[in-house]
Amino acid sequence: MFKARIEVTLKSKILDPQGKAIESSLRNLGFSKLSKVRTGKNIDIVVDETEVDKAVQLAVSACTKLLANPVTEEYEGELFDASGKSVARFSSPNSARSDAKVKS
Amino acid sequence: MTGKVGVVVFPGSNCDMDAYNAFGSVLNQEVELLWHKETSLNGVDIVVLPGGFSYGDYLRSGAIARFSPIMSEVIKFASKGGLVMGICNGFQVLVEAGLLPGALLRNANLRFVCRQVYLRTETTATPFTSGLEKGQVLKVPIAHGDGNFYADESTLKNLEDGDQIVFRYSTADGEITREANPNGSIYNIAGIVNSRRNVLGMMPHPERASEQILGSAQGKAVLKSVVQSLN
Repeated sequence: MFKARIEVTLKSKILDPQGKAIESSLRNLGFSKLSKVRTGKNIDIVVDETEVDKAVQLAVSACTKLLANPVTEEYEGELFDASGKSVARFSSPNSARSDAKVKS
Repeated sequence: MTGKVGVVVFPGSNCDMDAYNAFGSVLNQEVELLWHKETSLNGVDIVVLPGGFSYGDYLRSGAIARFSPIMSEVIKFASKGGLVMGICNGFQVLVEAGLLPGALLRNANLRFVCRQVYLRTETTATPFTSGLEKGQVLKVPIAHGDGNFYADESTLKNLEDGDQIVFRYSTADGEITREANPNGSIYNIAGIVNSRRNVLGMMPHPERASEQILGSAQGKAVLKSVVQSLN
């Protein structure tokens, strides 16, 4: 048994009006150093499988069939085992978000 | 005019009876409601996917209704050239089902917009607009929160080149302006057809503008066109 945590977000080139509204509210509150707010949704799913590969396959197939719209969205997911340890990661093809990690 | 209209009812549909009334009482067509769990279209000639909030718009508008049992019949029907008309939530279901290209995003101003708008008829070469004039302006209502039509550049080019953009939001005089665009839709697009021209999706509600008592009867021409195209 695994738990999959999936994040679905709009592709970066698509306007996210909710993110814009949040960003403008933050600015009004004085957070002048915060910008580029993007929103998304978080979906947690229990996966009844014993092998990691099969569990990932199942989660990816749920993402492509229903959870994310390939025209406008991309997804990123992480699989956790029963003890809560992260055992795998997966994402939509050409996901831009994996390259967008902050470099320290 | 003989032909039977089927209006699909999803849990959360709320314009099903408007469509039923417009085709049945206003246009005197045989019309029946088709529950989404059914697996037959009962021999109808026109399928209408009505407005509403199927499955509460959960996940994405139309995303769950798209997998209702009746949808595999609708997809088969469309692939054989059958006439399918998706209005508002019905349009959202059609793009989720892949019967129409593009997607409908949250309105750019984040508001649910419920008011009369003007549409300019961009093409009459569809069964849904054959009774209209090119450039004819229709006053019909919209009522949606997710009507912001989006398509990538190549899809848009295909829509334009294929004369598949059917309606665009305009002023009362038929001018396409930014102010006339209620939801941020790219190119002011309000309705499109597929390349085979038998599937129409539109955010505005012609069925809710089919009698003068509703504030406008100008949407009736769209419904009349599709009925007449059966002859």
